[in-house]
Amino acid sequence: MPDDLAKPNELLSKIDYKPSKTGWMDTLTEIRTGMYCYASNPKSVEYLGLPHARGWNPLDEDWKLPENWKEIIHNGLREQLDRFRSFKVFMDICVRCGACADKCHFFIGTGDPKNMPVLRAELLRSVYRNDFTTAGKILGKMVGARELTFDVLKEWWYYFFQCTECRRCSIFCPYGIDTAEITIMARELLNLLGLNIDWIATPVANCYRTGNHLGIQPHAYIDMMDFFADDIEEITGIKVEPSFNKKGADILFITPSGDVFADPGTYTAMGYMMLFHYLKEKYGFDITWSTYASEGGNFGFFTSHETMKRLNAKMYAEAKRLGVKWILGGECGHMWRVINQYMDTMNGPADFMEEPVSPITGTKFENAKSTKMVHIAEFTADLIKHGKLDLDVSRNDHLKVTYHDSCNTARGMGILHEPRYVIKNICNNFFEMPANTIREMTFCCGSGSGLNAGEDMELRMVGGLARANAVKYVHEKHGVNMLACICAIDRAALPPLMEYWVPDVDVTGLHEMVGNALNLPGQKERTTDLRSEPLPGMEEEDNAE
Amino acid sequence: MNVNYMVSLIAVIVLFLLAYVGVKVPGGQVLFGAVIPYLAVITFIVGVIYRVIDWGHSPVPFRIPSTCGQQKSLPWVKSASLDNPATTGGVIVRMILEILLFRSLFRNTKCELKEGDKLSYEWEKWLWLGALAFHWSFATVLIRHLRLFLEPVPACLQFLEKIDGFLQVGLPGVLLSGVVLLAAVTYLLLRRIFIPQVRYISLASDFFPLFLIFGVAFTGILMRYFSKVDVVGAKEIAIGLATFHPSLPESVGGLFYVHLFFVSVLLAYFPFSKLMHMAGIFFSPTRNLPGNSRAVRHINPWNYPVAVHTYEEYEDEFREKMIEAGLPVEKEIVAESTESAESTGESEEKE
Repeated sequence: MPDDLAKPNELLSKIDYKPSKTGWMDTLTEIRTGMYCYASNPKSVEYLGLPHARGWNPLDEDWKLPENWKEIIHNGLREQLDRFRSFKVFMDICVRCGACADKCHFFIGTGDPKNMPVLRAELLRSVYRNDFTTAGKILGKMVGARELTFDVLKEWWYYFFQCTECRRCSIFCPYGIDTAEITIMARELLNLLGLNIDWIATPVANCYRTGNHLGIQPHAYIDMMDFFADDIEEITGIKVEPSFNKKGADILFITPSGDVFADPGTYTAMGYMMLFHYLKEKYGFDITWSTYASEGGNFGFFTSHETMKRLNAKMYAEAKRLGVKWILGGECGHMWRVINQYMDTMNGPADFMEEPVSPITGTKFENAKSTKMVHIAEFTADLIKHGKLDLDVSRNDHLKVTYHDSCNTARGMGILHEPRYVIKNICNNFFEMPANTIREMTFCCGSGSGLNAGEDMELRMVGGLARANAVKYVHEKHGVNMLACICAIDRAALPPLMEYWVPDVDVTGLHEMVGNALNLPGQKERTTDLRSEPLPGMEEEDNAE
Repeated sequence: MNVNYMVSLIAVIVLFLLAYVGVKVPGGQVLFGAVIPYLAVITFIVGVIYRVIDWGHSPVPFRIPSTCGQQKSLPWVKSASLDNPATTGGVIVRMILEILLFRSLFRNTKCELKEGDKLSYEWEKWLWLGALAFHWSFATVLIRHLRLFLEPVPACLQFLEKIDGFLQVGLPGVLLSGVVLLAAVTYLLLRRIFIPQVRYISLASDFFPLFLIFGVAFTGILMRYFSKVDVVGAKEIAIGLATFHPSLPESVGGLFYVHLFFVSVLLAYFPFSKLMHMAGIFFSPTRNLPGNSRAVRHINPWNYPVAVHTYEEYEDEFREKMIEAGLPVEKEIVAESTESAESTGESEEKE
């Protein structure tokens, strides 16, 4: 946590839902420290061959824009209108009923009217009207049209990087206008001028080169996995041996690299490794990890459609090279939005693979028969349903769990029941947060879509307030001490959020809890959980520290 | 005082005066009773068709429905067949519920920060109810008006009118739809004026149609219940217009022309404005597509090849380290110098 971050009470007392007296078009945007992410490192932008790589600073008056920047935006906008019906329709049909206004976690946490989804979209719509509609050209401000100026551009940059593309507003909109779609377009436009943020551009460059956002090179990746294998051996007495880049394996496993890099995601990675080991020992399950496709996530999605496609291409390319039957995907939010909404269309058809069938239960994953990619929560839920896992649920008895639906898997896919089914079968204490804050109405962690940097901590804390507040509710009511999720961004973003708003609640991935409960064949007596913390009532008797 | 609604209000008042005074000058009746209505209808039809075709020109490259419920996955998992439909049938039902019952708006909640640190979300039904009342009563009024164009009046219209007038008070009997329309449009106007956030986002172009529709309903009610317009004359004008033989009897007063002019302006304004949401809702890709993109491949007509970092390029860069870490490689180090030509370039998109 940065030292200059205000205390929770101060942030709460700053929230004011009353809009300012001056109209929004006349309110200039001031880029405020703590609320924005640093500009991208030009080397990353250059490596990717994206336009206008240069050093620039959002706080400067001069953004070193290309001479013809207005023309670039105008032409970019025209191209998007021609390519995306969604965008064109969403530009035209909003009636500004305001139903979306208080659905956005950034509006709830700041009260800043430009964080109302409707107004966020109007920032772009106003320029669209001015440039592309008859009414806008003639009537101007009366119909909400305005010219693109440097101030408008600044406003775009500030507010389209204050949207996490979570889609919560879109489910309340009577026309299904999806602000995420508008933010995606706006960021694509900003990208044309080289106005990226570094927390997105550098992971994208890393991912392009090394296969993952964190820039982990193949040997380092193996080192980390070895390290987890050692930990698992210490905890269970069993040496697991994951395979890598193995040709002819049945299944390729792809998960976000965050899970092999940072706690608590690492425990989830250990959970995967234990599960795969168990399935291999018991059922001959043959799965391989890849160092080339070592990233499930796709920050290209937060850059442009094209960049998303460039990164995503690795999944199918690697599956083809290795000759696997199908792909299993780990716990991640936007990774699954990309897989579900874009992958097959962009990089398919995946006709070199088979329609996915679980080799253990015989279940046909009909819902994934074209992409050939199965979500691990579906996969594990199916295993549990068929009684294929040997579980000792009591090893999760120290946890009182609630479940956070990642916005992407909830509203960009609809995987709601499977993770809950798994949780209910691996732990005894599960409590739902209030109905308006879960499932399709779930609140974002506040750090999605590439905003989980260090320098925008205030933005992340106010953005995550709505989520944290619901956790606090079940924490106070039921003593919940663990927030489970199926998203790697969540596992990175929620711990500081909890530390800030609800300090006694920790964060876990689904498969960490699976790993806790799973009995490995031949294991020693388990006395700790995957975090190597003693399990209450199961401590080693001779080891009273 | 907000400039946006003042401008709109003044515009509607000006329109009122224009018609009220305009019909009194020579040729005014023809202008307001025939020329403008015809132009308005043409603008409406051509405009709406143009806009819809224009939307249709842009493809739907990706399947991006907002999934508002459980996906269809394992056979024992109950899926939300309406909120996350996997079939076209489900999509049709979802769309019908959106269009006829405003299902998404029905979810509306109101967020409040209570006791300084507790967020609460309460079901907010008023906008949904107001919108529903507005659209349904408007539709009823519109359908009822068909009686002016048809002789004899079809039984179904007479039946509708009977239901609409079931209160059986007053003479002529009060038709509920008109009253509800006026009440609903007033509610929608007042919430725009008095809810601070809604006022903040409202443009002049949001107030204008509300004032205009208010004017339409208000003049309609005035004519029916108070100034008692000559219905036979009104019908003569309507049938005249519909059969392209305009006839403008003197017995119909200025109020009628104002009413007709308001409707004409509304029709002509429609294709250039947000009122196009009426057609747009059918085109919304977050609602009108099934959530089955993993089961059925969606085709993007402009999908183009992109530069990718191939496995070969990756292995070329890390081969040594990979071998050291015990990872399998495609090419051994010895072969590298002779075969490096193979691993250049950016790969084309797979077919």
